[in-house]
Amino acid sequence: MKAAGLIIVFLFGGLLVYGTLDFPDWGDPAAPASRHVSPRYIEKSLEETSVPNVVTAVLADYRGFDTLFETVVIFSAGLSCFFLLRTKRKAPEARFYRHLPTGIVLRIEKGGRLPEGSVEFERIDSIWVPHDLIIRTTCRLLIPFIQLFALYVIAHGHYSPGGGFQGGVIFGAAFILYAVTHDLRDGLRRLGEKTTIVLCSLGVFIYAGVGALCLFLERNFLDYAALAPVLGVDPVTARSHGILFVEIGVGIAVMAVMFAIYTNLSSVGKQDEGL
Amino acid sequence: MIWQFDLIILSLVIICAVAAISVKDLLGAAILFGAYSFMMCLLWAVMGAVDVAFTEASVGAGVSTVLFVAAVFRTTRRTTD
Repeated sequence: MKAAGLIIVFLFGGLLVYGTLDFPDWGDPAAPASRHVSPRYIEKSLEETSVPNVVTAVLADYRGFDTLFETVVIFSAGLSCFFLLRTKRKAPEARFYRHLPTGIVLRIEKGGRLPEGSVEFERIDSIWVPHDLIIRTTCRLLIPFIQLFALYVIAHGHYSPGGGFQGGVIFGAAFILYAVTHDLRDGLRRLGEKTTIVLCSLGVFIYAGVGALCLFLERNFLDYAALAPVLGVDPVTARSHGILFVEIGVGIAVMAVMFAIYTNLSSVGKQDEGL
Repeated sequence: MIWQFDLIILSLVIICAVAAISVKDLLGAAILFGAYSFMMCLLWAVMGAVDVAFTEASVGAGVSTVLFVAAVFRTTRRTTD
């Protein structure tokens, strides 16, 4: 059976490789892909949208509908992770508390717990106990810069590679880094579950809302030139601004979804103890 | 595009892909998958698709590796097949 599988894999792999022989050469100007709409985008996108990065102009303006539903795909990925994994939080068998000055760990059986406001003790996870001052401090120093870079990537997507998706992922990674180096509860204290869900929806809402606003202003859906009278600029600059609004929406949604998937996966849906 | 670089990166992509599916340790497979994504990212960058390379580096090599590690941490580390 294994041999048969191997033969089939090699047969179809060979067929696929054979199929690629018909592809046009890399960077061939006469290839079908670069003859249809590409020349128009390359020649006109700067004067139509005033965005120097053609990829951003195509992604968020000419093909804005695609990107809207890409964002919806990410949103539904987060949603399905939530519905598959999230379970009701049950009180764990035993809680562990570390006494901060001495480092002694207390084990408290089910039902009992230390008073919430105690500053001498810190609750720790039962499986994995990260307590490394060097790692924590390094990450505390790093995280603001990572977040700043993420904002830069979102805002500078017009001029350089980047945009909502990449910036959102980097922003989410900063929160994940915080949750890994401290613990999941600390991370959730910074960005709670309810906030995450609201932000997920808010991102998609901003994107679709900008599109619907264009519709109300008597233009096509996602035709940002309609925003010109609202923003008080000419239609070309309005398209550039519209792309920025949309990218911000994408960034918020992606950031929230990445953190939501991480928290649900690492705590098996309990959102309590985790990696 | 320099063909020597291309050849080296492409063969590393294939090595990483084969290693990722054949290794028994799932944590190792997750890390190999991250390495695979990073090689793909280099390949995109070499071909001039910088936006795609950026996405591959942040999503493929960054966050998805973390999600794999989180999943391995919550299931088993060794595979049976």
